[in-house]
Amino acid sequence: MARAEATAAANQQAEFPPASGRVDAAVAERLKHFYHDMLLIRRFEEKAGQLYGMGLIGGFCHLYIGQEAVVVGMQATLQPRDQVITTYRDHGHMLACGMDPSGVMAELTGRHSGYSGGKGGSMHMFSREKNFFGGHGIVGANVPIGTGLAFANRYRQNGAVCVTYFGDGAANQGQVFESFNMAALWKLPVVYVIENNQYAMGTAVQRATAEVELYRRGSADDIPGEAVDGMDVEKVYEAGRKAVQWARDGKGPYILEMKTYRYRGHSMSDPAKYRTREEVQQMREKHDPIDTFGARLVRNGTLRDEDLKAFDREVRQTINRAAEFATDSPEPAPEELYTDVLK
Amino acid sequence: MTQILMPALSPTMEEGKLAKWHVREGDAVKPGDILAEIETDKATMEFEAVDSGHIAKILVPEGTEGIKVNSPIAELRQEGEETDAPSTRAAAAEPAGKSAPRPRPVEVRERAPVPAKGAGETPAVQVAAATPEIPQGTEFVTTTVRDALRDAMAEEMRRDENVFLMGEEVAQYQGAYKVSQGLLEEFGERRVIDTPITEQGFAGLGVGAAFGGLRPIIEFMTFNFAMQAIDQVVNSAAKTLYMSGGQMGCPIVFRGPNGPAARVAAQHSQDYASWYAHVPGLKVISPYFAGDAKGLLKAAVRDPNPVIFLENEIVYGRSFPVPKLDDFVLPIGKARVIREGSDVTLVAHSISVGLIMDAADALSKEGIEAELIDLRTLRPLDTATVIESVRKTNRVISVEQGWPVCSIGSEIAAVVIDEAFDYLDAPPVRITGKDVPMPYAANLEKLALPSVEEIVSAAKRVCYR
Repeated sequence: MARAEATAAANQQAEFPPASGRVDAAVAERLKHFYHDMLLIRRFEEKAGQLYGMGLIGGFCHLYIGQEAVVVGMQATLQPRDQVITTYRDHGHMLACGMDPSGVMAELTGRHSGYSGGKGGSMHMFSREKNFFGGHGIVGANVPIGTGLAFANRYRQNGAVCVTYFGDGAANQGQVFESFNMAALWKLPVVYVIENNQYAMGTAVQRATAEVELYRRGSADDIPGEAVDGMDVEKVYEAGRKAVQWARDGKGPYILEMKTYRYRGHSMSDPAKYRTREEVQQMREKHDPIDTFGARLVRNGTLRDEDLKAFDREVRQTINRAAEFATDSPEPAPEELYTDVLK
Repeated sequence: MTQILMPALSPTMEEGKLAKWHVREGDAVKPGDILAEIETDKATMEFEAVDSGHIAKILVPEGTEGIKVNSPIAELRQEGEETDAPSTRAAAAEPAGKSAPRPRPVEVRERAPVPAKGAGETPAVQVAAATPEIPQGTEFVTTTVRDALRDAMAEEMRRDENVFLMGEEVAQYQGAYKVSQGLLEEFGERRVIDTPITEQGFAGLGVGAAFGGLRPIIEFMTFNFAMQAIDQVVNSAAKTLYMSGGQMGCPIVFRGPNGPAARVAAQHSQDYASWYAHVPGLKVISPYFAGDAKGLLKAAVRDPNPVIFLENEIVYGRSFPVPKLDDFVLPIGKARVIREGSDVTLVAHSISVGLIMDAADALSKEGIEAELIDLRTLRPLDTATVIESVRKTNRVISVEQGWPVCSIGSEIAAVVIDEAFDYLDAPPVRITGKDVPMPYAANLEKLALPSVEEIVSAAKRVCYR
């Protein structure tokens, strides 16, 4: 099965030690990665939306467009041994973890060469190699699982941290509070990242949640929490570093509420009756995580306009290759129906 | 004179041991004084006086075992009483209340689970102990199912550092049903972990720990409470291997008592066997004998898949021979013919195995020889053993405590019709728990559960007798 290594070098994880003397160069390199990775996710999702429209992707497909800064900033704070787990809006997380865009896209099209051999689809993908633990379709169910990965880390004293993502909708699930309690009780190395994109499917946060400041959700268990501008990758990175270090130091869980926004519908079949076109337009124009960050990089001289364009060309090529791979790959063989039920 | 009676200290207790008297004849007592310590087969509890007076006579010396609930154990002379004539009033004692200085070892979340059957009440075992997994000449040790389960966990924890036990009251309390007795002492709190009451949370946490390379044993205090967690069991544990194209795998055991106990009514009396047996990606084990409990639990811990291990509260206290072997592991997915017969096949699992054994004895007296199959594993179901037997006896009756619709018996009937239709001399019969929530009243509860009489009657019917 051609579940190939990630080809784009930019997808590789990198450490950014603030070594004296070359701080500026290291920072510049990191910022370029941020831009590149956010763009990769954006273009990937746009292509996925296209393929869905063509009937090549089926079922549920939840696009991450608008939220790219969250996973890209967070991922840069992690070490290769750390784990990532999320719910079903997971394409961005997989790309940020360094999973191969072709393998992800081929799973979306339900092909043999997808990460789950075509049996998982958009919501259920995993990579042992990249320590990405899914991809879970049940809202909130990944939170105790991520807490369990952190439990295993503590049990084995391996120094790893599990970053557990979930949305503002999942934040109301009982098992999230159950997990907070155990994580705080046992001081588990887990960072909970609440991606507050303002809408749980079509229900606005204030219509579903008594305490709209979700970073306070752990206060009953004395879990530190922080609200972060999730549309600004640098702010995400700074907050993420602190939170991950807290967990790695054995101080227990940490909650980051990323204030973010998704431009597209909850899934591909969302009529978007719950918000105005103007609201979406306003976010796109004034707060887009990629455009604003690109402009900042050009302003401060880190990149030139030509560099941004070059990134875009390279990323488009990568995505086009992924789309071709995903449409050319064969479907799983009929025998695969009965494999992987039990080990 | 007031009689002090042997107290019932749990829903399933029928008798106990008078471990120690705290008073002597002639002593003055007042309400709240500790009178004695009563021992069931799993716990020792204090009980207190509710009336004041003097202990006139101790009727049962300490150390006496097998004292029936409600039998007189002492006499109390109350203020102003001169005569020795026992009053008709009784029950001057009750279990130590919440103010008792020592923690009460039995009461647990609306339950006081103590098995009914002591070691002495084990049904006659007619089963040939020898199986292919047990070498000739192996010594057998009579062990309760409870201890066999504990031994299995302890052996696996000694063998593999990654095995740990987690659940409500498994550590300091020593297990709500004492199945984990002594494990905290041997393995410490890193590996024997008390959880908050948070089934969905710790079931999911266990799944994550299994994804993270550990081998969790998750104890549900009973499977009734596992309904809170069934999403994690089915959606997360059972399906992830498939959804990941074979990458993930979830080596985890979910275990605990399943099925009705005694007089705990609808929400605490349900058999979930067919629920879990329905789910691809799970293995489901439900043993009866202590040896099977041990050998199969060890196999479950080593299995790379999620395993549901269904125990039974009433069976915990029953004793059976367990082979004395260093590493006794049984294969999952194999039923066992526990008695050969030519006239009718009786199929059961868990506590119902005891019923078919009693039914077989009764039938034998009437000239009907039943062949008995203990399924032991419910998924994968060993249909080959059932079919082979039915081809010989031409009749099959399944017995279980679960509800009839979509039951294990439904599956047995379907498989037999599918694969041995031409061998059948009578339609397959399902004997199950009745299709109602479990009632509380003792007589109704009895009616709701399968009985030996029902099995005997059904067997005669299919034999046209």
